Amino acid sequence: MARMKFLCDAERCIECNGCVTACKNEHELPWGVNRRRVVTINDGVPGEKSISVSCMHCSDAPCMAVCPTDCFYKTEEGVVLHNKDACIGCGYCFFACPFGAPQFPNGPAAFGTRGKMDKCTFCAGGPEENGSKAEYEKYGSNRISEGKLPACAEMCATKALLAGDAPVISDIFRDRALRRGKAGDAAWGWTTAYGKPEQAAPVAKEGAK
Amino acid sequence: MKKALFLALTVTVGLSLSACGEYSQVASYKPGNYQGKSDTRPWEGGQFAGNKQAWEAALNSRNQTQNEYKRTH
Repeated sequence: MARMKFLCDAERCIECNGCVTACKNEHELPWGVNRRRVVTINDGVPGEKSISVSCMHCSDAPCMAVCPTDCFYKTEEGVVLHNKDACIGCGYCFFACPFGAPQFPNGPAAFGTRGKMDKCTFCAGGPEENGSKAEYEKYGSNRISEGKLPACAEMCATKALLAGDAPVISDIFRDRALRRGKAGDAAWGWTTAYGKPEQAAPVAKEGAK
Repeated sequence: MKKALFLALTVTVGLSLSACGEYSQVASYKPGNYQGKSDTRPWEGGQFAGNKQAWEAALNSRNQTQNEYKRTH
C-alpha cells in the first residue's frame, strides 16, 4: 500500500459542496469546524474554477514540525493523524499549514480557550481502538478500517475529488486528462489554472481522410 | 587620575559590549518524536481481523470504482 492522497480535478468540480456536507455528516462535526471546504477562484466570472480543500496529508507535514507537544504521527499509509489527548490548542499547526486544515471548535479565541485541534483524518480515526466510541467522539468515523475510502471522495457526484492510493488515483486522473483531447501540458490543466485560455491544436483522428 | 578614568571607561565599555556577540538567529530544527498512544493499524481488529491482504483488496476495489471509464466500458 502506497501513500494515501487526495486529488481534486478543477475541471470537474461543480462547487456543490457535497464533499463538505458528507464530511460534516460522517463525523458529526460541531458548528464552526469544517474539515473540508470548497474554494472557488474567480467566483461568478465565466470560467470560474473550484477545488475541494482539506488536510492534504503532506509527505513532509509542517504541522508535525511545529507542534510543541509532538502530538502528530503518520500512519504506514501516509495519513497524518494527531492525538487529541496531547493537543494543547496552541494553534501553531494552523499557522504552519498552507491549506488552513487545522480547525478549532471555539474559533479564533485566545490561547487555551480554542479547544483541541480538529482536522481531516482521511476517515482513518485516531489513536484509539478502531471503530470504538471513544475514537468516534474524538476523531470521527474510521472508514479506512472498514475497507472504505473517505466519505467526501466517495460522495463526490462528478468524481472530481479522488482519494486513495496515490499511484492509482494519479493513473485515473492521467487517463481522464488525456481523454479530454488536449495536448501536452494543457492536458493537465496547468494552462487553465495559471495561463490565459488557449485553444489546443486539433488532434488528427486516426483513419480520417 | 586620568589613567584611572581611562581604565574605568575601558572596563565599562568592555562590559557593556560584552553581550553583543553575534549568534545565529536561525533555529535548529529537531524533528519531534510522537510519544502518545499507539494507533491500531486499519486491518487490525474489526471486520478484517488482521487480514491485511483482504483489507488491501477491499480498498483497491473502492479505488477502482472512482474510475468511471472502467465502470462504463
